[in-house]
Amino acid sequence: MYKHILLASDGSENAVRAAKEAVKIASCTPDSIIEVVYVVDFDKAKSDVLHSNSSIALEIERRKKNSKVLQFLNEANVKYKTSILIGNPGPEIVKFANEHQVDLVVIGSRGLNSLQEMILGSVSHKVMKRVNCPALIVK
Amino acid sequence: MQSLKQQWFGNIRGDILSGIVVALALIPEAIAFSIIAGVDPMVGLYASFTIAVLIAFVGGRPGMISAATGAMALVMVPLVREYGIEYLFAATILTGIIQIIFGTLKIAKLMKFIPNAVMIGFVNSLAILIFMAQVPHFLGISNMTYVFVAITLILVYTLPRFIKVIPAPLIAIVALTAIAIFSGIELRTIGDLGNITQTLPSFIIPDVPFTFETLKIIFPFSLSLAIVGLVESLLTSRIVDDMTATESNKNQEARGQGIANFVNGFFGGMAGCAMIGQSVINVKSGGRGRLSTLVAGLFLMFLILVLGDLVVKIPMPVLVGIMIMVCIGTFDWSSFKYIVKAPRTDAIVMLVTVIIVVWTHDLSKGVIAGVVLSAIFFVVKISTVKIVQEDNRFIVHGQLFFASSDGFINYFKNKNIDAKQIQIDFSNSRIWDDSGVASLIKVEEMLEDRGISVVVLELDTSSKKIISKLQGMSSSN
Repeated sequence: MYKHILLASDGSENAVRAAKEAVKIASCTPDSIIEVVYVVDFDKAKSDVLHSNSSIALEIERRKKNSKVLQFLNEANVKYKTSILIGNPGPEIVKFANEHQVDLVVIGSRGLNSLQEMILGSVSHKVMKRVNCPALIVK
Repeated sequence: MQSLKQQWFGNIRGDILSGIVVALALIPEAIAFSIIAGVDPMVGLYASFTIAVLIAFVGGRPGMISAATGAMALVMVPLVREYGIEYLFAATILTGIIQIIFGTLKIAKLMKFIPNAVMIGFVNSLAILIFMAQVPHFLGISNMTYVFVAITLILVYTLPRFIKVIPAPLIAIVALTAIAIFSGIELRTIGDLGNITQTLPSFIIPDVPFTFETLKIIFPFSLSLAIVGLVESLLTSRIVDDMTATESNKNQEARGQGIANFVNGFFGGMAGCAMIGQSVINVKSGGRGRLSTLVAGLFLMFLILVLGDLVVKIPMPVLVGIMIMVCIGTFDWSSFKYIVKAPRTDAIVMLVTVIIVVWTHDLSKGVIAGVVLSAIFFVVKISTVKIVQEDNRFIVHGQLFFASSDGFINYFKNKNIDAKQIQIDFSNSRIWDDSGVASLIKVEEMLEDRGISVVVLELDTSSKKIISKLQGMSSSN
């Protein structure tokens, strides 16, 4: 069934909810793997670099922001891999999903900032429209 | 690191498009920074052209945009005011020489010692100073000036939601310049503050006396410019590294900045460096390679040659509005949270950096003061040893060396100890030098005089080595 599942995460509670569904689906198929993709927005780069001592420290800092989801996956005892990408969240997730030919994309319906969503449109909607595989949007 | 071919031609389409976007965004900034420095707009435009084109070849960070910048313009204000533009060209050439030397001496490594707090102070004070430089151009001139500044700001912040391909500042400039021309509203224009000549830059030798006196005048400015340029360039290259998930050669970048400024001074340009804002725009617009920087420089010059007549008609309030946007983008808004949450000393270093820059109008002085202050804080922090007593066991926390040895001795001097034997535990400490060893010997002697024997526990290998080197120094046994 779905062996290679992309879980798009922004580190929020919504992402944890999405992770729960991803785990449910992954546990149906032996040898399935969840690919956790965390996208750092371009606009954060300046502030992130200013507030970190080195690129290694920055990477750890960013991993920490995704820790809720990773902690959940650790406890759920599923196989997963993480990638931190930098760019525009929507297009980056789509590109990653299409390049890695994942079987399914799982994404939370709302990110951290509802004002942003109003202005920029929702990331999940963009992803669903452009990705080449089935997508599951978790409410 | 990518191959040179990859750095140039790995992303041709994206680089050409983003280069054009950057050229359009660069023109108002180059003009505004010239006005800040007190020189003709052409000086900033020539600098932006020359630096961008050269850095495309000699820089160490593909995809980074270098040109005339506000940080550099601010440093050169007094030089231009008191000695004139020819001294600025000479200072620019000398800045290049200093930066080439810094680059050859691998100074980029030293940049690691500039703490975050100083870097945050750097961008914040830069934003504040650029904003302050705009104030005389809109405050108390006319009501129409306020209206145009406001409309510009509204346009540059709302347009990007609807139009993504064309940079919003460009749309604001074109639309508002057209309105100003056709409605005949009285507004100051760029033409009122300087000339735009539609010619390519040509080779000049700065018209200054080649004497020691001249060197004495320009050297302090050149040194400041060299430092400011390298700080901003290396910070920008770290940001571009992060955004593109690639690495760059920091020493090559430092040398490249030097070469670009050296040549730039001979072609009538003002000293420049990498630009955070423009580099971010470049990467966001799809620019990744050296080609994007080259296209930005060439297209900028092309636009000036073709549209120079129109550029002088741009109303000053529109340019001011765009520069206010640049300030808002430059300022690190998470600083307010930082002041509250960061360690007290870091917050103080950041604030001191800002205050000194705003006071002196010289970013290099702020950086130096910030680095010195944080070094002092660091020494104070590591030069305090804390000793925790658990029964007859005294656990040392911290580093034992020349600066902390007094504190270590004083603790035992003032301590009432009843026991016949005590243990000093070094599991959380380390002895760094002969002062550290001496202070331990001193404490042992002092306590033995009081009839207390001392057992030293848990010394690590390197501390033991230092002690054994200095053994036999104790005055009695």
